[in-house]
Amino acid sequence: MDIPYNVEPRPDTGLYNAKLGIWLFLASEVMLFGALFSSYVLLRTGAPPGTWHHGREFLNVPMATLNTIILIASSVTMVMSWASLKLNDFKKFRLYLGLTFLCGVGFLCVKAYEYGTKFHHGYFPKSNTFLAIYFTLTGLHVLHVIGGMIVNGYFVGPGAKMWRTEPERFTNRIEVAGLYWHFVDLVWIFLFPTLYLL
Amino acid sequence: MALVDERAHGHHEAHHHEEPGFWGKYVFSQDHKVIGIQYGFTALVFLLFGFSLMMMMRWSLAYPNQPIPLLGKLFKTTGGIIVPEFYNQLGAMHGTIMVFLGIVPLAVGAFGNYLVPLQIGAPDMAFPKLNMASYWSYFVGGVVMLASFFAPGGAAQSGWTSYPPLSDIAPSGQTMWLFGMLFLIISSVLGSTNFIVTIIQLRAPGLTWMRLPFFVWAQFVTSFLLLLAFPALQAAAILQMMDRLAGTSFFLPSGLVVSGQQLAVSGGGSPLLWQHLFWFLAHPEVYVLILPAFGIIAEVIANNTRKPLWGYRSMVWAITFLGFMSFIVWAHHMFMTGMGTVMSTFFQTTTMIISIPSVIVLTALIISLWGASIRYTVPMLFALAFLPMFAIGGLTGLPLGLAPTDIHLHDTYYVIGHFHYVVAPGTIFAMFAGIYYWFPKLTGRSMSNLLGHLHFWPSFLFINGIFMPMFIQGMAGVSRRLYDGGASYSHAQGVLHWNTFMSASAWLLGLAQIPFIINLFWSMWKGKKVGSNPWGATTLEWAATTSPPLAHGNFTEIPTAVRGPYDYSLPGAPQDFVPQHQEA
Repeated sequence: MDIPYNVEPRPDTGLYNAKLGIWLFLASEVMLFGALFSSYVLLRTGAPPGTWHHGREFLNVPMATLNTIILIASSVTMVMSWASLKLNDFKKFRLYLGLTFLCGVGFLCVKAYEYGTKFHHGYFPKSNTFLAIYFTLTGLHVLHVIGGMIVNGYFVGPGAKMWRTEPERFTNRIEVAGLYWHFVDLVWIFLFPTLYLL
Repeated sequence: MALVDERAHGHHEAHHHEEPGFWGKYVFSQDHKVIGIQYGFTALVFLLFGFSLMMMMRWSLAYPNQPIPLLGKLFKTTGGIIVPEFYNQLGAMHGTIMVFLGIVPLAVGAFGNYLVPLQIGAPDMAFPKLNMASYWSYFVGGVVMLASFFAPGGAAQSGWTSYPPLSDIAPSGQTMWLFGMLFLIISSVLGSTNFIVTIIQLRAPGLTWMRLPFFVWAQFVTSFLLLLAFPALQAAAILQMMDRLAGTSFFLPSGLVVSGQQLAVSGGGSPLLWQHLFWFLAHPEVYVLILPAFGIIAEVIANNTRKPLWGYRSMVWAITFLGFMSFIVWAHHMFMTGMGTVMSTFFQTTTMIISIPSVIVLTALIISLWGASIRYTVPMLFALAFLPMFAIGGLTGLPLGLAPTDIHLHDTYYVIGHFHYVVAPGTIFAMFAGIYYWFPKLTGRSMSNLLGHLHFWPSFLFINGIFMPMFIQGMAGVSRRLYDGGASYSHAQGVLHWNTFMSASAWLLGLAQIPFIINLFWSMWKGKKVGSNPWGATTLEWAATTSPPLAHGNFTEIPTAVRGPYDYSLPGAPQDFVPQHQEA
């Protein structure tokens, strides 16, 4: 039994199943992060004047800028890895996806350093509502980064053997993984200004 | 060219697999039909369990502070009495189990899973592995919920809505409630993504959008609601978990005093925030409960009236519009929170607007009966009962949707009566209609007619016996949250005598389910063997495949649809129905 349009796009929608699936999943993710961002807005606007703590009191903007650059770079390498498959260049694909993975590692290291210094200074989620929402939002984002790294790591390593048997399906998989990775990147691009700068 | 060859080769290799063993076939199955049955059985067990909790609550309401017979032996520490704390657990878990573990998994997980691929002529769901993961995530969520009864301090007891600040400081059962909910949300996201992709991508050739059975449309809109509304509760659950486990104050205001002591938290949070996030999910959730019921009722009515549905297109547009509107009515649950008159005005306006599409669907279904020679089969009896029951539920909702009248009725038994009319004799009757209607599809056998009548008539009688007096109690101002049913309030004394009547009705309703349970199992093995299409139905699941369908791929050959879903009594046709894939 074959499921139709698993690999080739359905003519009237122009999509293969997994691509539609990931877009729907990302729509759901937008609602998740949207709800949390809304909570942040409501808590901040609802706080009595002068009681809200601001990110600049606690957070390290240069470190976060570095992380922003790392994540944007990782999005570029992610696209390059997919494009390499489209150009039938498997070696370059591995190189670029490996770089994407390493960018993820870099991001996590910087984040771990940031968390570590906060804890060291006695700043915890329970300290105040700003830090609570900061740790919740960035923590959830970190979980998303780790999830993406597991997927990317699988495709660099054991998952890559599909290229030999079903190259088109494998290329689709990288495209889908890429869409997710770009979304994770995009969430950070919203997190950075709202938490660190505003 | 080499690339294409390689792909074709790989394709064969990837799909050449052996027949799965016992575990793969019945437990970790990826076949949508098996998963649908798994969902169905699990959900029915949860429905029975949730109903049992309610039957215990009804004891406390009718005979407060008296030891409960037989079951009382289970809780010796209180001498068999349902104490207020335990009553709260029963209430919170009854709501949670019925909504999240009973009806939604039955309506979407079971009916949707089994029928959608068959009705659209697809070999399976688009993502069979995700489908399996969805079921097992639901299962784990359910087990966590059940296990929470054994947590120190008992299960969640802050209502199915889990309002903070009470839920923030409740015993550890609440944390398990939140974890269970996370699993259920993951299950629902996986499931709804799967449904939408399946319906968009895997429709058989010729099956255009306006040729889809109404049931498929209902599942389609439902899936969008699940996909986009549930994340709000996920966010809320994460925040509440942070409050409970990491000591944050998202939902705890400054200066909160508990048991005479100020809580040692940073404060600055907002309990209202939880309510907004919760109802952003839970109002669309109400439509998740009712839309699949509409779908089932539409199929049963079209089949048993032997007529096309009246106003099929209007019904489709109505539920699509309803889907959009359901995202902007949530705060009509919050008129009494002090969120302000401007907000109330907005939300009561949208609430009045959203009643229109429901009325369109109900009207179309009632007009469909006009001039038909109706077959009074058991599924049709349930479907016919659904119409006035849902109408009562819907119309009694209007005074709750208007802020001025809601002030009087808020949090009284009137509210309980209202939504139970929608969900119990509404949705659950639709589920029964669906079970009796599609049982021959699953087994090739029909259910007993006699036992079906023995199930329907007492159920119909007693379910009204439970919920109708609630309107009377509610209008007298009896609060919905009292473990003694209002015995300690003077204003409730005049309507207190209804409590024993309602409780007796509830227990008799429980007895009335015994014929159904017997029927279900007896008919599986001993029911009368019927052909592939015993009801003479037009839609593909009956007309284009055997009963039960083939284990792999459903269809020997994917059918091509050439007509709409309800071509009954077509003039000039040899039979009184023309299947979707056949030329007349």
